[in-house]
Amino acid sequence: MAENPPTTERAPRQPENAPDADSITTDAPLPEGPDRRDPQDVSELFRSRLHLLQSVPGALQHLFNEDVTGANVDPLVFYVAPLISVTIALMACTVLPLGPALQIANLNIGLFFILGIGSLGVYGAVLGGRATMRSLAQFVSWATVVALALISALLLSGSLSMKEIVQAQLDQGQWFICYVPVGFLIYFVGSMAESHPAGFDLPETDSGIVASYVAENRTNVTGFRGELHVLAEYANLIIVAGLAATVFLGGWLRPLASYRDRFPGTSVELLDVLPAIAMGAIAVYCFRLAAKQPARNRRLAATSAGCFCVIGALALAGALFAPGRVMQGVHGAFWFIAKVGAYIYCFRWIRSRTSGFRFEQSMRLVWRILIPLAFVNLATAAVAILASQDTGLPMRFTTILSTLVTLGAAAWFTKHQSTERAAPILDGE
Amino acid sequence: MLNSVLFYFFAALAVGSALVMITRRNILHAALFLVMSLLATAGTFLQLQAEFLFIVQIFLFAGGITALFVLAIMLVKPRVPEPATPFTKRRLMVTGAALVFTAQVLFAIVAGHSSLRLAARQLDIAPRNAEAVGDALFHSFIVSFEVASVLLLVAMIGAVLMARRGRNAFD
Amino acid sequence: MPSQYIPILIVAILTVAIPIVCLVAMKGVLPGSDVSGATPELSEDGNHVEETARGEYFDRFYVVALLFALLDVAIVFLFSWAIKFSQMGGYGFVVMAIFLASLLAGLAWIYKKGALDWT
Repeated sequence: MAENPPTTERAPRQPENAPDADSITTDAPLPEGPDRRDPQDVSELFRSRLHLLQSVPGALQHLFNEDVTGANVDPLVFYVAPLISVTIALMACTVLPLGPALQIANLNIGLFFILGIGSLGVYGAVLGGRATMRSLAQFVSWATVVALALISALLLSGSLSMKEIVQAQLDQGQWFICYVPVGFLIYFVGSMAESHPAGFDLPETDSGIVASYVAENRTNVTGFRGELHVLAEYANLIIVAGLAATVFLGGWLRPLASYRDRFPGTSVELLDVLPAIAMGAIAVYCFRLAAKQPARNRRLAATSAGCFCVIGALALAGALFAPGRVMQGVHGAFWFIAKVGAYIYCFRWIRSRTSGFRFEQSMRLVWRILIPLAFVNLATAAVAILASQDTGLPMRFTTILSTLVTLGAAAWFTKHQSTERAAPILDGE
Repeated sequence: MLNSVLFYFFAALAVGSALVMITRRNILHAALFLVMSLLATAGTFLQLQAEFLFIVQIFLFAGGITALFVLAIMLVKPRVPEPATPFTKRRLMVTGAALVFTAQVLFAIVAGHSSLRLAARQLDIAPRNAEAVGDALFHSFIVSFEVASVLLLVAMIGAVLMARRGRNAFD
Repeated sequence: MPSQYIPILIVAILTVAIPIVCLVAMKGVLPGSDVSGATPELSEDGNHVEETARGEYFDRFYVVALLFALLDVAIVFLFSWAIKFSQMGGYGFVVMAIFLASLLAGLAWIYKKGALDWT
């Protein structure tokens, strides 16, 4: 997916790409300068649905772009850097469970493995020369926030293994997002910051130096090396979304996984026809879209997407009558991918709506609000679990109470910020 | 067979990158070779079936402490030292001390070789490694665990006190 | 090495090997790299003025870095605590409360001192 914003004024050697391949599929040219919006606006998202399929030839063409490198750069190190990022990202992907048996590596320490390997991602940036002090400090701060948010869900699961986390959600009959919603929110914000999205971290405009944009990842994304970097970025996105889907959103579980009413006379559960129906609906939508497209290649793309959805719907429907493991695998994979897709969609949507944080704003957000809030969330979740264990109250009840307490604490933390900055604190000693 | 190959690979990597690290003039390169050495050590932990220790080594050491190093290097921007004369008196003394220490360690290894056979026995590492570590931590080693928190507190206070410019508050 | 890690090793080897093989194989086809004159050293905030004093946010970077290291250690402990929590019950809660008490006291003191005031 060639996501380069038009930086032609900053990377003068980058050859002009055909507008269809790289830009979004609107006909109006994007405004340059201060009016330039991140192209992933919602309405443009709907218009650029076909963007996904055009990215393949776009990416192939991008591979052969000129490789812009610096003068004093050590070529070995410079080429190794995106390779490190990609390897780390793909290694972390191996522990994501698509289904009860669809996991490349079922580690006992699964969740911790992802976090540990992810924390090595900083060296990809360091070696590639993309590590400014600010980006390192941000990466490090947000990584802490993400880890703390995940721990509140771990309280409920009793295991670090990704498969067992989902199994625990099945056993408790509830996705963990319902038990620790504040934890999920903290994780969501943290993962948005951690996956280096364009638009979340504004380039340092306060220093007024355009060259700071060089410090961002943009002009480095040329040629094969740049493709690796883009691949790493998207793999990171998938990891982050996959983590959320597994830990908070029930992994491969169907929504309402414990509602097991079946069709009378068959062994097919009622809610299990949803995936097939959903894919069928998407197929119909794609075909209708194809009918409306003026350009031939877009029509082709929409039709092929529709066919793909039809095949998917048939596979999902067919799996209903297949032996148990096949059925679990196919449907589990569908639900997992659907959740990952929904998460990433929310990412894009929110990023298109908000402007990025300046460095100071994001550091303030982390250290003064989110980290204390994460600790409070941890404490209240622990109390809720203990309370429901000891007194027999249902978990839903106690966790609602704990969520309210945490939200109150969040309000207090946020309010506390504005008053504190008014009076500077002096050293009393 | 795979185990042997992997072990020799990790061991060679650990020792080799440590050696390379101490011979670098550029401190950033040294830090990166340190990371490589730490990762190789983590690999050997993994071979000993200590999964939790493996990932803690990566998460804390390679991903945390050395990231800290890199941040500190960027903050302080140390200059590459001028090449000095190799044979000062102090350097000779230090080299001598290091050689004596190495000799001691080698002697201990060779002389105590028979007791090392203890480690070669198959240890009963629980398949649920993280839970086993938790069990040990919160039941057998609970006091050390609590004392660690005091250590962290001391480190926090020390950091803030050392970071202040002069005696004034952060401004 | 526990057997579950073998697939990860394979994935790592593949992801390292495939791009290298591709790059080597396509050496004749790819355009040469263009030296643009930019030096991608470790840049500091895009501000290349050599400062004699410490940088603008030196204190806070230092504190953030240290806090990160300490919180990392705390996170490791929290991980192993969280997975045993439901079995430990009240004892687990008290134990971690003591651990976090000193940690959070330190954090609160740091806030009071203004070391985390990013203005």
